[in-house]
Amino acid sequence: MVEFALPKNSRITGGKAWPKPAGATQTREFKVYRWNPDDGKNPSVDTYHVDTGDCGPMVLDALIWIKNNVDPTLTFRRSCREGVCGSCAMNIDGQNTLACTKSMHDVKEGAVKVNPLPHQPVVKDLIPDLTNFYAQYASIEPWLKTTSPTPQKEWRQSHADREKLDGLYECILCACCSTSCPSYWWNSDRYLGPAALLQANRWVKDSRDEATGERLDNLEDPFRLYRCHTILNCAKACPKGLNPAEAIAELKLKMVERQV
Amino acid sequence: MSTPDSQGAKSMRTPLGRVRNLGSSHSGTSDFWRQRLTAVAMVLLILPVIVVVMMLLGRNQAGAAQILGSPLVAIILLLFIVASIWHMKIGMQVVIEDYVHGEMVKLAAIMANNFFSVAVALASIYAILKLSSGV
Repeated sequence: MVEFALPKNSRITGGKAWPKPAGATQTREFKVYRWNPDDGKNPSVDTYHVDTGDCGPMVLDALIWIKNNVDPTLTFRRSCREGVCGSCAMNIDGQNTLACTKSMHDVKEGAVKVNPLPHQPVVKDLIPDLTNFYAQYASIEPWLKTTSPTPQKEWRQSHADREKLDGLYECILCACCSTSCPSYWWNSDRYLGPAALLQANRWVKDSRDEATGERLDNLEDPFRLYRCHTILNCAKACPKGLNPAEAIAELKLKMVERQV
Repeated sequence: MSTPDSQGAKSMRTPLGRVRNLGSSHSGTSDFWRQRLTAVAMVLLILPVIVVVMMLLGRNQAGAAQILGSPLVAIILLLFIVASIWHMKIGMQVVIEDYVHGEMVKLAAIMANNFFSVAVALASIYAILKLSSGV
């Protein structure tokens, strides 16, 4: 059955409260999920106070400040710090988003709560294990598939056809959408999830691709595609402002179109 | 969990192998389409059905039989029963697939859902026809 409670070894217990930085005039409280695979303990939520006078405005700035000034063991992924790489996706104040583009001042009251992406195995602290997520992306075969002879130059595409990929190609595969989806929580072993399906639609809609039918065949499944019940958490979570639910609806429409 | 592998054997499989698993079933679209079809049918039928139910309120069996004796009334009710129970059956199957993960329990639940839906549909249709034909 569906898991409504966390397994015993995943339940959050206690946590360390780190002292406020000395001499800071303005501080912001952060409550950060911690779990270390090596010490055999349950996860905890540590409390930190960030000197906002000495730190950038984004949640990622605060996490880096904590790592540099308070607790070097705090572990998280980050790279581009400008919303392009998708590494620092995490759950901030109850919403999956990118730590680098989320301002700590957007969290109006109380402490800024930072947790790893929901319902994924945790590698350490804020780092989720996205192996299954990446394998699902690979399973939709995200590359141009053609049988016609390869042209001397590039595969040509009209401006109008190129525009059809807007709202799809911008996806950075940060996993905010898929891990916000309850349907994905319950059935991620079989449901491909919003991110992989948005990417699938990106290739289905590409005018240069010649494997559209084969792609739709591979998606036509009660679990792979039809677990989407238009909950729309995906569209709410997407830090790039995309709408995976709409992309999935387009796929379903194509399924009906070729059958009815 | 659809994979019959034990936990240990599962961990030896590649992630892509696990995702591909038994492959696509190439089905699901007909259920998706029928769910929309029956939904639209119910939208169209719900007002006439409410009118019929209002007419039936407070009447005894003879009065009800008289109203259902009209072919139009009986057909409206029969169409509504078919559309709503078909819709119910598909909807319940979706809920079972969402939440019941044990393969055997899931099969049993889907079987029970089919039996229940057919039994309720036939009982309703039988009742309408009996009253309508006055036998």
